[in-house]
Amino acid sequence: MVNTTQPTADLSSAPTVKKIQDERLREVSFVTRIMRRPELGALAGLILVAIFFASTADPSMFTLAGIMNILSPAAQLGILAIAAALLMIGGEFDLSIGSMVAFTGLIFGAFITLNSWPLLLAIAATLVIAAVLGGLNGQLVIRTRLPSFIVTLAFLFILRGLSLVGLKWATGGSTQMRGIGDQAGEGLIRELFSGVAFEGVFAWLAANDLIGKFPNGTPTVTGVPVSIVWFVGFALLATWILLRTRVGNWIFAAGGDPNAARNSGVPVDRVKTALFMLTAAAAAVVAILTVLDAGSTDARRGFQKEFEAIIAAVIGGCLLTGGYGSAIGAFFGAIIFGMVSIGLTYTRFDSDWFQVFLGAMLLLAVLFNNFIRRKVTGER
Amino acid sequence: MESQAPLIEIRDLVKHFGSVIALSGVSLSVHRGEVMCLLGDNGAGKSTLIKTLAGVHKPTSGDFLVEGKPVSFASPRDALDAGIATVYQDLAMIPLMSVTRNFFMGREPVKGVWPFRRVDFDHCDEVTREEMHRIGIDVRDPHQAVGTLSGGERQCVAIARAVYFGAKVLILDEPTSALGVAQTSMVLKYIHQVRSKGLGVIFITHNVRHAYAVGDRFTVLNRGKTLGTYAKSEIQIDELQNLMAGGKELQAVSAELGGMV
Repeated sequence: MVNTTQPTADLSSAPTVKKIQDERLREVSFVTRIMRRPELGALAGLILVAIFFASTADPSMFTLAGIMNILSPAAQLGILAIAAALLMIGGEFDLSIGSMVAFTGLIFGAFITLNSWPLLLAIAATLVIAAVLGGLNGQLVIRTRLPSFIVTLAFLFILRGLSLVGLKWATGGSTQMRGIGDQAGEGLIRELFSGVAFEGVFAWLAANDLIGKFPNGTPTVTGVPVSIVWFVGFALLATWILLRTRVGNWIFAAGGDPNAARNSGVPVDRVKTALFMLTAAAAAVVAILTVLDAGSTDARRGFQKEFEAIIAAVIGGCLLTGGYGSAIGAFFGAIIFGMVSIGLTYTRFDSDWFQVFLGAMLLLAVLFNNFIRRKVTGER
Repeated sequence: MESQAPLIEIRDLVKHFGSVIALSGVSLSVHRGEVMCLLGDNGAGKSTLIKTLAGVHKPTSGDFLVEGKPVSFASPRDALDAGIATVYQDLAMIPLMSVTRNFFMGREPVKGVWPFRRVDFDHCDEVTREEMHRIGIDVRDPHQAVGTLSGGERQCVAIARAVYFGAKVLILDEPTSALGVAQTSMVLKYIHQVRSKGLGVIFITHNVRHAYAVGDRFTVLNRGKTLGTYAKSEIQIDELQNLMAGGKELQAVSAELGGMV
C-alpha cells in the first residue's frame, strides 16, 4: 500500500516544485516597476506644476474652460513633441519641425487660395509633400552618416527662408496669407481639422447642469477643440505602436544600437526614414490645424517649436542618445508646457518667467533621466 | 557523422580591400556537433573571416559551401536564413532594452489582424524566461534591461537567442575575451551544451586555454593564412600557443617571465 501511494504523491508534487522554482523569479517591487517607466519624471513634474498653480493661481484656471485653455497650446506642441519623441527614441533629431510647420502652412494655404483646390486634396497634397521632405531629411542623414542635428539644422533655415520667400511671392509682398479659412469651405473634412468636437455631449452635460452654461442654456464650453482630440489620439496610437508592435521594438532597437539592431535583422534605415517622414507629417498636421483655426498663415508660424518639442520629449523621459523614452511622457511634457505658459497669466507672476521655467525644467529633466537610466538600466 | 558534408566549408578564401590583402587563402570546415576553434593573434584576419562567413563581406575568391552547396551571401540576413548565426562580442545586445525585447529583436512573433497586429509579448516573456532558466539565470525578470545582466549572462542570452531561432552554425566572436573567470566558465559550459545539441560552433579566440577547454579541432590563422588544422588529440596546448604567436619570440618572453604567458 505504502509503495503504491508513494510514486503518485511524488508525481503530484512535481508540478508544485516547478511552480515554486518559477516563483523564485525575484518579485519586482512596485516601486522598481514604476521607476523603470521613462515617463515617470514627466508625470511627477506635471503633478508638481499642478500643485504649484493650484496653490498660487486664480481658481478659474482649473475650471473646464481653463483646462481647455491650457490644453489647446499643449495639443499643438504635443503633436510635434510625440513625433519628436519617437524620432529621438529612434536615435535621431529633427530641428526643422518648426520651420516645417511654417512651410507646410504656406503650401497648404497656397493650395487653398491660389489653386482653389478642395480641402481634402489640399490636405492630402500637403501631407505628401511634408512626408517627402521628411524622407529627404532621413535619406540625407542615413546616406551621409552625418549627425541628424546638423542636417536638419540646415533644413531649419532652408524651410524658414523658403516660407518667407514663398509667402511674399504668393501674396505679392506680405508675410501673411489671409482668407484661407473662408476659401476652405465647410463640411466633414473641415470639421476634422477645425472647431470643436463632442458638442452634443457638452450640450447634454449643460442641459443636465453637470457643466457651466449661459443663461440661454448653451454651455460655456461648447466642446473639445479638435486639436486636443488629435493630440490625445496621437499619444495613444504612438504609445501603442511603441510598446506593443514590431515597429515599436525596431524603433527602440534602432536608437539603442543601430549596429546590433542591423545584425539582428532590424531594417534600421527604413525605420529611421519612416520616423523622419512621420515627424514632418506631424508638423503638417499642426500647420493644417492652426491655419484652419486662424484662417491665415504667416512666416513666423512654428517659430522655435523644434526646441519646445525636443524639450517636451526630454521632459517626457527621452534620452538625447536615443533608445529610451516614451510617447506618453512627451504627452505629459507638452501639458506641462501648456499649463505653465497659460497658467502664469492666472497668477501674479510676470509671464516672462516662462522662459526661465523652461530652461530649469529641461535641466532638471536631463539630470533626472540620467540618474534613472544609470539606476534602472544597470550602467553600474 | 564524418560522412555528411560539413555544415560550413571554405577553401582558399581570399579577401582584398583595395590594395590590402586581408585573407590570402583560408581553408576551414566545421561539422555537426563540433567546436572548431579559430585561433589567431591581432591582425591575423579573424574579424574579416567572421564577417565574410556572416555575410557582411563578399569573398574576393575561393569556395564557400554550406552543407555541401556553394553559397554567396548578399547580406547578414541571407547568412541568418542559411542557419549561420554570428554572436558578436559587444554588438549582440542593446543594454537599454529588456531581455525579452532583445531576445526577439528583429524576429518578433505577432498576433492579430493588420491594423491591430501586435507582438505576442506574453509568449515572448514565457520563452525568454524558459531560455534564461535553461542557461541558469533563472532568478531574473525578463523585463529587466539587458544592461543589468553581467557580461557572461549577456553572451549566454545572445547564444541562446541564436540557438532558439534555429541556427545550425554558431560563430562566436571572442565571447570570453572581456569576461572574468567565473563568467568565462559559464560561457564555456554553455558552448559545450550547444555542441551536444548537434550544432556546429566556430569559436574565435586568442586565448588558447579557453579554446583548449571546449574545442574539438583548432585552426590557426596567421597573417591572413591558415597555418593548419589540428584535432585535439594531435596537439598540445603549448604547441598551439607557439603556433599562434608565430614561434620563437614568445618562448623567449615566456622564459623571461617564468613560463606563464
